[in-house]
Amino acid sequence: MTIDWTHFTPWTALAGGVLLGLASAAFILINGRILGISGILGGLLTPLKGDVGWRLAFLLGMACAPTVFSFVFPSEAGVVPRIDSSYLGLAVAGLLVGIGTSCASGCTSGHGVCGLSRLSPRSLVATVSFMAAGFVVVFAVRHVLQGASV
Amino acid sequence: MNRISEFLVGLLFGLGLILSGMTDPGKVLGFLDLAGAWDPSLALVMGGAIAVGVGAFAIAKRRTKAFLGGALQWPESNAIDKRLVIGSLVFGAGWGLAGFCPGPAVVSLAAGQPKAAVFVLAMLAGMGMFELANRLLRRDMAAADDADKGHA
Repeated sequence: MTIDWTHFTPWTALAGGVLLGLASAAFILINGRILGISGILGGLLTPLKGDVGWRLAFLLGMACAPTVFSFVFPSEAGVVPRIDSSYLGLAVAGLLVGIGTSCASGCTSGHGVCGLSRLSPRSLVATVSFMAAGFVVVFAVRHVLQGASV
Repeated sequence: MNRISEFLVGLLFGLGLILSGMTDPGKVLGFLDLAGAWDPSLALVMGGAIAVGVGAFAIAKRRTKAFLGGALQWPESNAIDKRLVIGSLVFGAGWGLAGFCPGPAVVSLAAGQPKAAVFVLAMLAGMGMFELANRLLRRDMAAADDADKGHA
């Protein structure tokens, strides 16, 4: 294993993580809800009366984040994310993420952040499983399919 | 009051995703690529989030009501079953393919990334497909139960 020092950003990673933790903390303490994005989205597909407004308010807040971020950190506004996958690859990946998170009732936020924070064994199993699958798939794509030279 | 709080929490969460680098699939894949040039950043994202979360959830567990007065809504299931493991493996495979998980994909869509839009649409389709399959399966099982009762 070699560390990619050029891309390693410990301070912004830690600070961003703290913000994710604060948001999760605020959501359970103030609103009484678990902050899980797949669950919040999934609930909109089969809407129940009185269960839609909070989801939309949350998602609207999320949607405003890129604009607010570029005001707070104007120097970062021009940074373009590296989305290397093709459109077909993204469609397949999206489908898998949608099916998987519905089946497992949670994703990186609900199981990974909130679940581990509340010391849930169920979420630990989920997190270990999706991390392991992620490691294996990236290994297969980058080091087996594309050859060891990549 | 609730709507304002939910909006602000969503905003805070979105800012955290951008600042941490989670909205950059290249960075996520750099973390998942243990055998290549490994970028450990995401371990610190998770570590920072959980360090804050552990204290908050410990407080929440002792409370019966949220600050705004509503009930604390804990997940119903504690089950560690096939559904949890298989679902998580399928999710992780999709995550490893593109480097997007649901939150960052939504934020990237809002930032105007067309590729994120394709991912989010496919993700919603996947969620819908699973819910539909789940309902049909339950209906069949309920029908089978009814048939059994009819014979008894």
